[in-house]
Amino acid sequence: MLKVENLVVKYGMIEAIKGISFEVRDGEIVTLIGANGAGKTTTMHTISGLIRPASGTIYMDGQDITKVPSHRIVSMGLAQVPERRRVFAQQTVEENLILGAFTRKDTEGIKEDMKKVFERFPRLEERRKQLAGTLSGGEQQMLAMGRALMARPKILLMDEPSMGLSPLLVREIFRIIEDIHKNGTTVLLVEQNARMALAVADRAYVLETGKITLEGTGSELAKSEKVRKAYLGG
Amino acid sequence: MSGFSQFIMQFINGLNIGSIYALIALGYTMVYGIAKLINFAHGDIIMVGAYVSLICLNAGLPWYLACIISILSCSAFGVIMEKFAYKPLRNASRISLLITAIGISYLLENAFQLIFTANPKPYPSFIALPALKIGAVTISANYYITFIISVVLMVVLTLFIRNTNMGKAMRAVSEDAGAARLMGINVDNTISLTFAIGSALAAVAGILYSNCYSPINPTMGSLPGIKAFIAAGLGGIGSIPGAVLGGFFLGMIEAMVKAYISSQLLDSIVFTVLILMLVLKPAGILGKDVREKV
Ligand SMILES: Nc1ncnc2c1ncn2[C@@H]1O[C@H](COP(=O)(O)OP(=O)(O)OP(=O)(O)O)[C@@H](O)[C@H]1O
Ligand SMILES: [Mg+2]
Repeated sequence: MLKVENLVVKYGMIEAIKGISFEVRDGEIVTLIGANGAGKTTTMHTISGLIRPASGTIYMDGQDITKVPSHRIVSMGLAQVPERRRVFAQQTVEENLILGAFTRKDTEGIKEDMKKVFERFPRLEERRKQLAGTLSGGEQQMLAMGRALMARPKILLMDEPSMGLSPLLVREIFRIIEDIHKNGTTVLLVEQNARMALAVADRAYVLETGKITLEGTGSELAKSEKVRKAYLGG
Repeated sequence: MSGFSQFIMQFINGLNIGSIYALIALGYTMVYGIAKLINFAHGDIIMVGAYVSLICLNAGLPWYLACIISILSCSAFGVIMEKFAYKPLRNASRISLLITAIGISYLLENAFQLIFTANPKPYPSFIALPALKIGAVTISANYYITFIISVVLMVVLTLFIRNTNMGKAMRAVSEDAGAARLMGINVDNTISLTFAIGSALAAVAGILYSNCYSPINPTMGSLPGIKAFIAAGLGGIGSIPGAVLGGFFLGMIEAMVKAYISSQLLDSIVFTVLILMLVLKPAGILGKDVREKV
């Protein structure tokens, strides 16, 4: 379980996250929706330990991880598919996947998981020796997801995985997210594509300029007047 | 001596000084690739390596112990320098980093002048192997040993970066430190390791250089340091094969200019050629040119 309490994050003088609290229970898929600049990525980076919060606490399975270094957080079972994919462009598909398993020592398990990733994303297998920088946007997204799965995470954070993809691919990506979730991974999903995100989510939070303004189940929020006006186009 | 063996002699001179430049350039390029910082004090590590080995030799230690102690102390020094001088500036502007680097460089040179005076100290060449005779050309042991050790170290380094976990971490950090952290890579340790390796290579360069070009003095690292930095830029800063190529290229130009044009104008001619090259190909010979799709 992931639990965020009264989180405040500042960039210099600017307060980007103004005291938010939310939780992701085991087995859930929770989405955080919000407009550009609402603070979604900042929240994700803070959970993964890339940014230190000004105040507040982050718990994973009851343990305070607010001050735990980022590499330790990964080995505790929390992985992230970062915004804009950030694959290692000058390394091959296979090398990227191996980097995803960096904290693991079980060579056999890593091999097995690599096979699973290739089963899930056959296109990656065809391109395993290709440099990641030469993949298409959709393929890079699949690689970023496969790479995060290689850490065998208990909780997977995904920051706008549908960004910049064609409607067909967006549906494909969401189908895969549901599938990863069904296989037992807890998911925290950040999206601007509120319609799709609310459709797959158990619960959802709306983030507006650093504050959580609404929360509820996916279907509750999809019906809410405010969400429909602001995020679903009417 | 015939014109041809004259040329071969110069070619060997070029390989010799080129190996030294390449070893130093590797340190520059690795540190730049990973910490995005030009460590101008890197050249002075050569001098530290030379002095530490000299002290050991003068104290009567066998040459291999002198080398090991010199390499280890330079590695440790590189790591400490990063922790105390550069790490606190990790989010600072490039100009602060540059000023700090130049500051460390002066600090080292002056501290060594204070301890050892500015007077050159003779360095006992300890590479006691027979010279190699090929036809009319004689290659002294210092020269071929320098070349062989440099090449071996470059091969080992390349294999290390390509095949070990730590090497993979280094490549990931040099591409995207944030994404590397999301993979569970300890970026601080990776940066320390890079400084340790770069400084160890500089120590080896310092020892080899002193064997070939005794005596040594506290500012001996400054000019080879600047030249190796340019060699790294020439090959494409951040690129390992680029640093090797740039180092040998620079050494070769230098040897040829010295022999066939003018040894007085050596440095000005070399720098002019380099500036021209950088104007014509700013990213360097092997500069990175991989586009990232967004
Ligand atoms: N490195 C930074 N330095 C200063 N301000 C920043 C930095 N990163 C983000 N911000 C600011 O913090 C706020 C939140 O940014 P964040 O990237 O978290 O938003 P987001 O919800 O992920 O937006 P988007 O949907 O566009 O990705 C924005 O106002 C942004 O300008
Ligand atoms: Mg964002």
